[in-house]
Amino acid sequence: MVFLFAALAVLPYLLSYSQQEIAVLLVINVLLVSSYRLLTLTGEWSLGHVVIMGVGAYASALLAKRLGVPVPLSMLLGAGMAAATAAILSFPLFRMKGFYFLIGSFAAGEIIRLIWKRFTDPFGGPKGLKRIDPFPDIDAGFLSIDFYEPVNYYFLALIVVSASLFVLYRIERSRIGLTFHAIHWQDRLAESVGVDTFRYRTLAFVIASFFAGIAGGLYAHYVGAVNPTRFSVDQMVYVLVWAVVGGTATFYGPILGVIVLTVVNEIVLRALGLDTARPLIYGAILILSVLYLPNGLESLGPRLRARWQRWRGGSAAARREAT
Amino acid sequence: MSARDERPILEARGLTRRFGGLVAVNDFSFSVRAGAIHGLIGPNGAGKTTTFNVISGFYAPTAGQVFFRGLDVSGRKTSALAAMGLVRTFQGSTLFQEFSVLDNVRVGRHLGARAGFFSRLLGADRRSEEKADAQAQDTLAFFGLEDLADEPVSNLPHGHQRMLGLAVALAAEPEVLLLDEPFTGMNPEETGRMMTLVQRIRDRGVTVMLVEHDMRAVMNLCDVITVMNFGALLVEGPPEVVRNDPAVIEAYLGSATADGAGDAA
Ligand SMILES: Nc1ncnc2c1ncn2[C@@H]1O[C@H](COP(=O)(O)OP(=O)(O)OP(=O)(O)O)[C@@H](O)[C@H]1O
Ligand SMILES: [Mg+2]
Repeated sequence: MVFLFAALAVLPYLLSYSQQEIAVLLVINVLLVSSYRLLTLTGEWSLGHVVIMGVGAYASALLAKRLGVPVPLSMLLGAGMAAATAAILSFPLFRMKGFYFLIGSFAAGEIIRLIWKRFTDPFGGPKGLKRIDPFPDIDAGFLSIDFYEPVNYYFLALIVVSASLFVLYRIERSRIGLTFHAIHWQDRLAESVGVDTFRYRTLAFVIASFFAGIAGGLYAHYVGAVNPTRFSVDQMVYVLVWAVVGGTATFYGPILGVIVLTVVNEIVLRALGLDTARPLIYGAILILSVLYLPNGLESLGPRLRARWQRWRGGSAAARREAT
Repeated sequence: MSARDERPILEARGLTRRFGGLVAVNDFSFSVRAGAIHGLIGPNGAGKTTTFNVISGFYAPTAGQVFFRGLDVSGRKTSALAAMGLVRTFQGSTLFQEFSVLDNVRVGRHLGARAGFFSRLLGADRRSEEKADAQAQDTLAFFGLEDLADEPVSNLPHGHQRMLGLAVALAAEPEVLLLDEPFTGMNPEETGRMMTLVQRIRDRGVTVMLVEHDMRAVMNLCDVITVMNFGALLVEGPPEVVRNDPAVIEAYLGSATADGAGDAA
């Protein structure tokens, strides 16, 4: 744990400027995919999660730009807006399950994107919003932090995301998490002992959306611009690939997925000059991982350990045989 | 007998449920006395499970009403009914297969372990959770499953799984328990143990409604038996009357359930 934090603290200083920018987005994406996993605990997979992140981004940006709400507060309110949107959407969406929920969430997301495109005031139409207020600099004489610097924003995002992950983790470990899992595996049995499955599905959706909204706020005030395309279904596919490749059985699976794939994408592909082929390569990685690693990267650790033990057991037996 | 015992705790009036053109339950009425073990039998496809599904809120009735503790509860949500004290079990093993035995019963304690969202987040629900865990352990002990608490459900033999299904339901502290074929697939020894357990559950003050094909168990356990056929009421009465009723024998002989017919005759 200590090592992890030390590594995260020195990491940005080992990176180039553009890599630092990528590191900021990576930290934000960690929150995006982890919040997505919370929703999947109840067994429902949504295609609207990135749009919900966009709701947080647009709301926070507009609150800051139009109403002059100070930025950290606007992010919280934006996340609240994302959560409220989810609460409203859950009424039509949770009448459906499985495949129908998937399609329903896609449709709901497209409607929201259509609203952003259609209503130039206040959403800026297809071009979106530009020159969004940055995170305010801290200037307390002895300490002055300029959040325009990626390194500084990296640390800000790291703190916000770590705190959010901690909350998500606590929720999963509590009885609420047990109930989410119960609904996933046998919703009829859960309902029969008094679990209001609709309420709990809504709760998972609302919490997941709140933290997606936080990710959106972090994104908007870092990049300074948002537009409907940034939150399109292509982006959602990346989230799905991160989650599937990483695996969703454990808390760290999706985090592993987003980190490994970002590293592959930004370092390997960019170095090879293949980064325009990203969708193709992501598709290939998805297929390969479904075929050869159906339980995701998270299953790699236990599998390697088992193989190591078998190998050691085998070689010990061989030695015994030799003597 | 006191006046309280006379008032039905559960009642169906003209209950009907259609699936497209098929009438699974047809103008069916019955009433269950508080504290009784009430049998509901009938040949395969008679509509017993559908009746349970309608009473417990899984399906809305097409027509008719369900009264629980004198209240019209037709069409209410299953979870709301469970909160009122009406809990059902399932035909076949329906469990959280991926959970441990104890976690199954912990989910069963859902209603008894209430806490707010933030107290869960902050861990301030420790007391109530510890209590819920202790109660879950007690429930397991009641069924003799306490040594298996940490086993994954999928490792349990069939008989134990059936028992665990009952433990999960009982953990919800029902007033009325609807049991859908709790004895299927059990060997005679397990059936005997299960019969004792059902009696002990009733002795704890829980009213039991029992759907079952094992005629020996039904005849021995039930105070009253309602027989349904083709979705409608056929006969109702105490076991010795039902057992010798020509219409009941006819219904069982007319159907493919030779085992039921043999026992009933
Ligand atoms: N969801 C459903 N959709 C369509 N038909 C159904 C449905 N559920 C039950 N049925 C039909 O309703 C009739 C009654 O079925 P039900 O399961 O209630 O019988 P049962 O008395 O429980 O039989 P068994 O003793 O075999 O369990 C059957 O013909 C069945 O096929
Ligand atoms: Mg049945």
